[in-house]
Amino acid sequence: MEYLLLIISAILVNNFVLSRFLGICPFLGVSKKISTALGMSGAVVFVITIASAVTWCLQTYLLVPLGLDKFLQTLSFILVIAALVQLIDIVMKRFAPPLHAALGIFLPLITTNCAVLGVAVLNMKEGYGFFKSVLFGFAAALGFALALLIFTGLREKIERAAPPRCFKGVAISLVTAGLLSLAFMGFSGLVK
Amino acid sequence: MDPITTSTLCIGGIGLASAAALAVAEKYLSVPQDPRIGKVTEMLPGANCGGCGYAGCADYARAIVSGHAECNLCAPGGPACAQAIAAFLGRAAAAMERRVAIVLCCGDDTEALRRAAYNGITDCSAAQATAGGDKGCTYGCLGYGSCGRVCPVNAIRIVNGIAKVDKALCIACGKCVAACPRKLIKLVPAAAEIHVLCSSKDKGPAVKKVCGTGCIGCRICTKLADGAINMDGFLAVVDYAKPLTNEETVAKCPGHCIRKDAPASTPNS
Repeated sequence: MEYLLLIISAILVNNFVLSRFLGICPFLGVSKKISTALGMSGAVVFVITIASAVTWCLQTYLLVPLGLDKFLQTLSFILVIAALVQLIDIVMKRFAPPLHAALGIFLPLITTNCAVLGVAVLNMKEGYGFFKSVLFGFAAALGFALALLIFTGLREKIERAAPPRCFKGVAISLVTAGLLSLAFMGFSGLVK
Repeated sequence: MDPITTSTLCIGGIGLASAAALAVAEKYLSVPQDPRIGKVTEMLPGANCGGCGYAGCADYARAIVSGHAECNLCAPGGPACAQAIAAFLGRAAAAMERRVAIVLCCGDDTEALRRAAYNGITDCSAAQATAGGDKGCTYGCLGYGSCGRVCPVNAIRIVNGIAKVDKALCIACGKCVAACPRKLIKLVPAAAEIHVLCSSKDKGPAVKKVCGTGCIGCRICTKLADGAINMDGFLAVVDYAKPLTNEETVAKCPGHCIRKDAPASTPNS
């Protein structure tokens, strides 16, 4: 039950994009076509899940024993996540070329995204254990993917519609994102 | 140890460990790339214009080497480039037709009416957004040079209020085609010399009211052109797939919008 609540909370109630406003850059940047949005979502789920696991280990076995967790968290997390994603990129290219072709260009893009770092820092703030951290990361990434895919679907529709001229392009996209965020606000209170 | 030393050592250690891991991975796990891709990339002009339909020259080189693309799609490189790549890869070079952009409007400021004085941003899209543009004709060239600003080779100039493409300079990258808010620019074979320089789909009297050199839809040219000019509503459109050599079409056009331009120069061959 506790894990179910954690998942629902991360996906719907505290959605990373629409409630916490993290990861807005890819949310607006790669939401023009469903195919690219799917690639990005896959990359985000992949990176965030692995990053939560690695940062948890880093925090528990290195930063806390050395008493550095108060001020060195951000720097060391970014460093480790960036190196890790590069490593995964190389390994994936060698052993899983189709997966690399699908996620390849999105992996470096998402590396130092605030959503990735946000998950890692929130895990530590909430004091989650290893399994809970990974689960929270996975669920948060799914929430990001959900928001991104919904938004992309809306944008594809809007592309074909004829909004007033002054709203065309980015303006109507931002208005749509705002409305979508309002809709997700309706979930607040579902889970404390 | 004081915190400064610890943190320096810690971050330095993490950095070193990551760097070592990456170096080892790069050394033992990297996938060897076909060396021909690099060579072909060097043979391409490096303009990265995207006219071939790929994301830059390197991407196009990859497509050529892997056999997904013909080697004659590079407009800036021209036939010489296509032949060099074909010889390098041991393939037969397919014939290449040079194409150029053309602005399908000849209603300059002496012929076409401007129904308002536009003082806004010097940009066609901005002018178009301001009550549909200042030109009397809703199809004609606005002449604020949006096409010229995206041209990577400066082949487009505004002459007397309308855009003109310099055939010799044009590399057919297609950027101006996308930039024109009125969709007046087309890519046509460079060998074609006779064009209908009008895009107005209005009926004859409506065209006459706003422009001295517009297509009035009289159909005289379609009879003379032997199928190379067809009617699209009230507008004559050249079918560039068919040869159009009858110069009578130019002389007989009552709207004076069928024009013959100078023979195509081929700087690439």
